[in-house]
Amino acid sequence: MAEHHLKTPLTDADIEKLKSGDVVYITGTIYTGRDAAHKRLVDTLDKGDPLPFDLKGALIYYVGPSPAPPGRPIGSAGPTTSYRMDTYAPRLHGLGLKGTIGKGRRSREVRDAMIKHKAAYFGATGGAGALLSQAIKGAKVIAYDDLGPEAIRELTVENFPLLVINDCHDGELYTTPNLEAALAG
Amino acid sequence: MRTIPAQTVIDKVAEMCISANRELPEDVMASFRKGQEEEENPAAKEVFRQLIENAEMSKDTGLPLCQDCGLAVFFVEMGEEARVEGMGIRQAINEGMVKGYQEGYLRKSSCDPFTRKNTGDNGPAIIHFDLVPGDKIKIWMMAKGGGSENMSRVMMFPPAAGWKGLREFIINRVAEAGPNPCPPILVGVGIGGNFELAAINSKKALLRELDDKHADPEVAKLEEEVLAAINKLNVGPMGLGGKNTCLAVKIAVAPCHLASLPLAVNIQCHSARHKEVVL
Repeated sequence: MAEHHLKTPLTDADIEKLKSGDVVYITGTIYTGRDAAHKRLVDTLDKGDPLPFDLKGALIYYVGPSPAPPGRPIGSAGPTTSYRMDTYAPRLHGLGLKGTIGKGRRSREVRDAMIKHKAAYFGATGGAGALLSQAIKGAKVIAYDDLGPEAIRELTVENFPLLVINDCHDGELYTTPNLEAALAG
Repeated sequence: MRTIPAQTVIDKVAEMCISANRELPEDVMASFRKGQEEEENPAAKEVFRQLIENAEMSKDTGLPLCQDCGLAVFFVEMGEEARVEGMGIRQAINEGMVKGYQEGYLRKSSCDPFTRKNTGDNGPAIIHFDLVPGDKIKIWMMAKGGGSENMSRVMMFPPAAGWKGLREFIINRVAEAGPNPCPPILVGVGIGGNFELAAINSKKALLRELDDKHADPEVAKLEEEVLAAINKLNVGPMGLGGKNTCLAVKIAVAPCHLASLPLAVNIQCHSARHKEVVL
C-alpha cells in the first residue's frame, strides 16, 4: 500500500494515482458538511444560486464537530456515516468535488460518479475524533451558522490521516461479509 | 422516606455525562488492547492503535472521545422509599444532562424530526424509569451515537421462526450494517416481551460488562455462539477485515405473547460510553 502526501485543491492527476488501501495525508483546506448542509447545498443549486465555497478540486468532510473548548480551533472531529449523503454526492462530483471523507459503505451510484468524474472516497477512523482533531489547525464557519454542529466549516488541516476506501478505478477496500461461514457457525 | 436534594441529582448527572464522554470503561479499553494483539491484518491493528491513542488523548485534553456525544439515555432504578426534593426527578436528570453537555463542550445532537432544527441543549434526555424496593436511586447514563443506532432494528417474528430465525436475523443485521456502525461493535439483543420491551431490553443489555456471563447458562451459551459466528463475518475493525467485528453479544429475555416472538437488535459502536451512579 502506497503512502501519499497531498495538498488541496486536488487535481485529476492526484486522484488517478490513488488506489484503495493507500494511506493519504492531506494538507490544506477541507470543508465540513453533513445531512442538513447537503440538503441546503442542493437546494441552492436548484435555485441557480452560487455555493458558499468552490467545489472544484474540493474535499468535503462528513463531520459535525463537538464545540471548541477554549484554546482549541475545534472539538472532537471524527467522521460520520457517509451513506446518508449518497443522494447528494453524485451531483457534487459532477461539479468538480474531488473527494469525500467519512466512514461506511457508499452506494453504486456514488462509486460510478467517482469513476466518471475522477474522485475518491476516503475513510477516517470513526470514534477517533479527539485524535483526528489534532491534525486540524484552524476552523471557521463559512455558511449555515444556524445549523450549529452541522454548519459548513472551512478547516485548515496538516497531514490529516486518511485511507482510500474507493478509488476512481472502482476499487473497494471494505470486505464483503462472509455470511455463509457465519450462518454455518 | 429518604430525600435527595435535586441539586445532588443535577450535579451527579452533569458529571456522569462529561466523564462518560471522556473515559471509556476499562473493559472496553482491555478489549482494544486484546484486539490490537490478535489482529493480523495491519489495517485492523492500526484501527485499534488509533482507538487506544484516541482514548488517551481524550483523557489528556478533555476533548470528547467522539464528536457524536450521543443522545443521552438514562436508565433509572428509583427506590420506592426515595424522593427527590426541589423538583421532579425527570426534570433534575434533564437539567443535569443539559449542564453536563454545555460545560463539557459536548456536542448537542438532538433535533426536530421534521424541521431538523437543533434543540440546542441535547434535550430532552431519554429516561427509562423502573420502581424498585429500597431508598436508593441508581442511574445509568449512556451516550448513544446516531450511526450505530441507525443500524439497529426491531422485528416481530412468528413463533415458528424459533431461535434459528432470530439467530439468522442478528447475523444478517451485523453483515448488512458492515462498516457503518463503527465496528468492532457490541450487540444488545432483546428477545420476547413485546414491541417496546424488546427494544428497551436490547439497549439495557448493553450496560453489562463485556466479559460477564449471563445468569442463565443456556442464554450464556447462545451469546457465546452468536458472538463467534458474527466474528466469522470478517467485517473487522472499521470494516477493513479482521477477527474483531463484535466485542460482545448481550441477550435479555422476557416472556412474550403466544402469537409473537419479538426481537430487537441494538447495535453499539466500539465507543461504548456509559456510567452509573448510586444516590
